[in-house]
Amino acid sequence: MKKIFYIITTIMLALSSGCNDDSFLDRPPTGLLSEEQVWGDEGQVLSLLGNLYNRYYDIASVKNWESLGMYNEAFYSNAGSYGMFQSNGWGYGNEFTWDYGYIREMNLFIQKCTAADKLSAEVKERFLAEARFLRASYYFEMVKREGGVPLILEPMTYDFSGDPSYLRHPRAKESEIYDFVISEAEAIKTLVPANVGEKSRVTKAAVLAMQSRAALYAGSIAKYGTTTPAVTLPGGEVGIPANLATGYYTKALAAAKEIINGNAGAYVLYTKKPDLSENFSSIFYDKTNNSEVIFVDDFKLKSGKVHGFTISNQPRYGAEEEEGGRLNPSLNFVEAFEKLDNTFAPIPTVNAAGAPIYYNNQIDIFANRDARLAGTVMLPGTAFKGRNVDIWAGFQLANGTILSGDDRGAQKTLPGKTVPEQVVGFDGPIDGFEFTAQTGFYLRKYLDPVVGSGQRGVQSEVWFVRYRYAEVLLNAAEAAFELGQAADAAGYMNQVRARAGLVTPLKAAEITFDRIVHERRVELAFEGHYIYDMKRWRIAHQILDGNAITAANLSTDLGKATKRNTQPWGLWSYKVYDPASPNNGKWIYKVTKLSRVTGAGRFQMGNYYAFINDEVVNNNPKIVRNPNH
Amino acid sequence: MKSHFIYLMALSALMFSCAKDNFTEPKSTLSGQILYKGEPIGMESGLGMQLWQPGFGKLGAINVFVDPKGSYSAILFNGNYKVVFPKGRGPFRTIEKDATSKDTLYLSLGGDQKLDVEVLPYYMIRTANFSGSENKVGVLAKLEKIITDANAKDVERVSLYISKTQHVSRAVNIGVTDVDGATIKDLNNIIISTNVPAIVPTQDYVYARVGVKIKDVEDMIFSPVQKIDL
Repeated sequence: MKKIFYIITTIMLALSSGCNDDSFLDRPPTGLLSEEQVWGDEGQVLSLLGNLYNRYYDIASVKNWESLGMYNEAFYSNAGSYGMFQSNGWGYGNEFTWDYGYIREMNLFIQKCTAADKLSAEVKERFLAEARFLRASYYFEMVKREGGVPLILEPMTYDFSGDPSYLRHPRAKESEIYDFVISEAEAIKTLVPANVGEKSRVTKAAVLAMQSRAALYAGSIAKYGTTTPAVTLPGGEVGIPANLATGYYTKALAAAKEIINGNAGAYVLYTKKPDLSENFSSIFYDKTNNSEVIFVDDFKLKSGKVHGFTISNQPRYGAEEEEGGRLNPSLNFVEAFEKLDNTFAPIPTVNAAGAPIYYNNQIDIFANRDARLAGTVMLPGTAFKGRNVDIWAGFQLANGTILSGDDRGAQKTLPGKTVPEQVVGFDGPIDGFEFTAQTGFYLRKYLDPVVGSGQRGVQSEVWFVRYRYAEVLLNAAEAAFELGQAADAAGYMNQVRARAGLVTPLKAAEITFDRIVHERRVELAFEGHYIYDMKRWRIAHQILDGNAITAANLSTDLGKATKRNTQPWGLWSYKVYDPASPNNGKWIYKVTKLSRVTGAGRFQMGNYYAFINDEVVNNNPKIVRNPNH
Repeated sequence: MKSHFIYLMALSALMFSCAKDNFTEPKSTLSGQILYKGEPIGMESGLGMQLWQPGFGKLGAINVFVDPKGSYSAILFNGNYKVVFPKGRGPFRTIEKDATSKDTLYLSLGGDQKLDVEVLPYYMIRTANFSGSENKVGVLAKLEKIITDANAKDVERVSLYISKTQHVSRAVNIGVTDVDGATIKDLNNIIISTNVPAIVPTQDYVYARVGVKIKDVEDMIFSPVQKIDL
C-alpha cells in the first residue's frame, strides 16, 4: 500500500516538473482586449466609436417622454407629473451637463486612432472625423446650456504629484466654443461620406447641418443678447458681442446652402404620401428611403435598443398596455397653427355673438388649418392604428347643464331615457384623471403606428431625428432674413410651408421676426428645439413671464413671437343632447382651464444659462459662475 | 451562546450610530429685513440672499428666502459668514462700502442676531391708497425715484394685483391691470383700477398690492399687501 503511494507520488512530481511555468501563468486574459488588439482591427474600433455615438446628449428625446413636451407645449396627463404645472418656475440647474469623462474618452479615441498604424488610411480618416463630430456636438450641447466651458482637446492625465491644480482650466468665451464647433465642422465635412442613405452615422449633411445650426445660434445670441444685458459675463463666458452677429449669420446661411444646393447629397422634403398630415407624421417613422431625415438616434426591434415612447403616449382607449396618453398638447400650441390663408385665428368655439358654434363632426372645428396640426397632434375625431380616439367630455343638455362622468367611458342615464349610456369618452377628457386626453388632445408626432409598438415586451424602433432638411431650410430662412435677404428667406420658408398645405407663398415683406419664430415653433415642435430657440432669441422670459393666462388673452396675439405660454389650456368637446333641437347630436367645444394647472411658469434670467454645480466650482476655482446665480 | 453574540453585535451597532448621529442642531437664529433708510422693501417671496461659510473645505451657498415684507430668517450654526446677494437679483442695487469687501457683509454669528441689510432700491412706492367698490379695486400710488445717477433705470410698467388670499404676486392673483411705464407722466399720481372677477366661494374682500417692474431688472418691487372690502 505504502509502496503504491510512493510510486504515484513520484510519478506525479516528475510530471509536474515538466510543465512550462511561464506560459502557464502568463496567459492572455479572455475578458479584456489589449490596445494592440483594438487598434489593429477595424471592427473593434467601430464598436468603440459606437459607444461614443450612444452617449450623444440630447436635451429632449423619445427616450424620455417628458422632455419633449417641456415649457407648456403640452400638459402631462400623468399623476406624478402635475407638480410641473403647480410650480412657478424651473430650477436653475435642470439642464446642467458637465460630462468631461465623455470628452476625455473622445480625446483619447482621437489620440489613439491618430497613432494607430494598422488601419487603412481611408477608414481611419472617417473614424477620426466622426469622433471629432461627436466631440464638437457635445461642446455645442454644453455651450447651449452653460455658455462657455473649458475647451479641452487633449486627454489630460494626473501625475499623482499631490497637486492637481495644473489640470484646472478656466471657461472659454461663449463665442470661442461656437467658433470651435463651426471650425471643426468646416474641417471634417469633406472627410465623411455624402450619403443620403446613411442616417445613424455622420454624413456630410449632418456636419453641415450642425454647422448651420451652431452659427445660427451664435448669431442670434449676438444680436438678441443686447436685449438682456443682465445675461452676460464681463469675461465673455456668457454673451457674444453684437458686432459678430453678421459673421455668424453669413456662415449659417452658407452651410445651409451647401445642403440645399445638393453638395451633400440629394436631400428633399418628404412628400411621399398624398394626405399632408399623414405625410408630416410619416417623416418621423418612415425609415425606408426617407429623403428628409439627415441624422438620427436610431433604434432597432429585438436588438435591445428600443424605446417606450409609444407606450407612454398611445391613446389610452385600446392601448396595448394599461397606460398611455401622457403628453397632451395644449390648446395654446394648437391655436398657433395658421389657417390655410396664412392668417392666425383662434379655434372657433363661439360665434361673434358669443353663442356656441355647432359642428356635425368633431374634426370640423379644425378644418382649413395647417396640415402639420393634425400631423403633430392627435385631434378628436381622428384615428391611430385604425381605431378612432374617443375624446369627448360629456353631453350638453338642453337646459344648459352638462352630463358627464368621472371614469373613462362612464355611463349615466340621459333625461327622458331609461337605459344608461356612455356619457364621456374612453379617452376622457376627465380633469385630473391620468392617461386621458386632459387637454382634449393627444400627441401624434413620434408615435409608432406599427402593431406592438405600445407593448412593453416589444416597444418601438422609431428613430429620434436630430437633424432634418426642413430645419436646414428654416435655418437658411432665418439667416437670410437677418442678413436682409428677405426674398431668399421667403423662398426657403415657403418650401416648408407648401409641404404643409400652406400653398399661398409669403411675400418677402411678410417675413418678420414673428414669422420666423412661429414657423420654427410649429414645424419643429416636440423635437427639442423650443427651449433653445426661446433662449437664443432671448424671449423666454417674455413668453414665460409668470403671469397666469386668462381665457381672454389665450386667443389674442396668436402670431406674436412673445405670446405668453405660461399655462397649458384645454379644449373639450361635448355632444349636444336635445332631441327637440336641430342641433341634437352635433358637437360644441369649450375652452377649458385644467384644475391641475395652478402655477404659472416664470422663466428667470438665471434660467438662461444653467447653474454650474458647486462641486465643479469647488474642484476648479477658475470656473466663473453664471449670471444671476 | 451564539445568539448572545449576535445581540451584542446588534446592540453595539446601535450604540455607534447613536454617537454618530447626535450632532447638536443649529440653534442661532439670524433674522432681519431688507431696508432702505429704515423702511422695508416689499418683494415677491422666494428671492434669496446667500450665506457663505468659509473655512470648511468645499463651499456651497446657504440660500435664505425673503418673504413679501422683505424680512428673512435662518437658523444657523455659530461661525463666520459672508452675506451676499447674487448678482442681478433684487429690485435694488447693493451698497458698496469699500473697495476690498465690496458689497459683501461679514457676519460673526454667536447666538441669535438681527441683521438688517441696507440697499439702494431703484424706486420706492411711497403711498398706495387702495379703494374698493363693488367689483372694482382702484389705487392711487406715488413712486419715488431713488437712483437718479448713471445707474438710473426707467419704469417698465406698474401693475395692480388682486388675490383671494394674502398671497399676492405675479404668479398668484385673480386679476391684474398693467400700466405701461411710458404712459406714466407723473410718478406722484399713478391711478390704476382693475375689475374683480366672480370669486368662488363668494367673499366680500380681496387682497391687493401694487408692483413696479423696472426696465432690465428682473425682480419687481411691491407695496405692502392690503385687505380691501368691496
